[in-house]
Amino acid sequence: MNDVEERIEVSTDQDVVRVRQLVRTVAVAVKLSLVDQTKLVTAASELARNTLVYGGGGTVEVARVDNGRRQGIRIVFTDEGPGIADLDLALTDGYTTGSGLGLGLSGARRLVDEFDIETAVGQGTSITVTKWCR
Amino acid sequence: MDRVPILKIGSILLVSIQIDMEDQVALQLQEDLAERIVATGCHGVIIDISALDIVDSFVGRTLATIASISRVLDAETVVVGMRPAVAITLVELGLSLPGIRTALNVELGMAQLARDGADDEDRDDDDDADDEAAVSQP
Repeated sequence: MNDVEERIEVSTDQDVVRVRQLVRTVAVAVKLSLVDQTKLVTAASELARNTLVYGGGGTVEVARVDNGRRQGIRIVFTDEGPGIADLDLALTDGYTTGSGLGLGLSGARRLVDEFDIETAVGQGTSITVTKWCR
Repeated sequence: MDRVPILKIGSILLVSIQIDMEDQVALQLQEDLAERIVATGCHGVIIDISALDIVDSFVGRTLATIASISRVLDAETVVVGMRPAVAITLVELGLSLPGIRTALNVELGMAQLARDGADDEDRDDDDDADDEAAVSQP
């Protein structure tokens, strides 16, 4: 059962803040622990910023998920930007093509339970993350 | 755009971040604080993040940059009030904020800065001892 809560178009700094707030609200609703809420909102903030800065903007979809045993949240970040040429490199701590710390992608992956990335040069990037209640 | 207020209390600048900052607001704070340090000649800055429910890599980097800028302008920065869940998340994210001094709350942060001030005065009295110690370190 997947239940899409909301979809946010990300094209400004303010939209990144809205993504954080939406993810927080849904995380509270599915009763993630405080630490897990914090981890998920932080990961969402990193990935939404990537969508904006590297993807040139895109969309974020937040959904409640239920695998029969546990509830969770799934967030999909999609952009139609330049894509990622070397995924292994992009997932390495400290690597960045921009001016950041290079922790966004690799750090966000550590903060969630499931992390799935699809990207093609010239066609964009779609990242799906899931966090389950313990 | 929102702006984070900077309060002067004695010889300390106090910044209490009460909003979920857009990236631009964080960058503005960096500039505002540098200007206030120079304008007031304060030697200590306290940044209270107890109201923040997350610190991501952007805000973390901004805090580190603020600490570096302050130091160049002869002011020490202490970040205070980090929530436990934020600390856990930051470290897992890979950001341990090296070079940033922390304290558990504003009061302890002020005590830390006051000690610094006292240390500075001590140093004037026993310069020789300090110099020797500095030389003997590898």
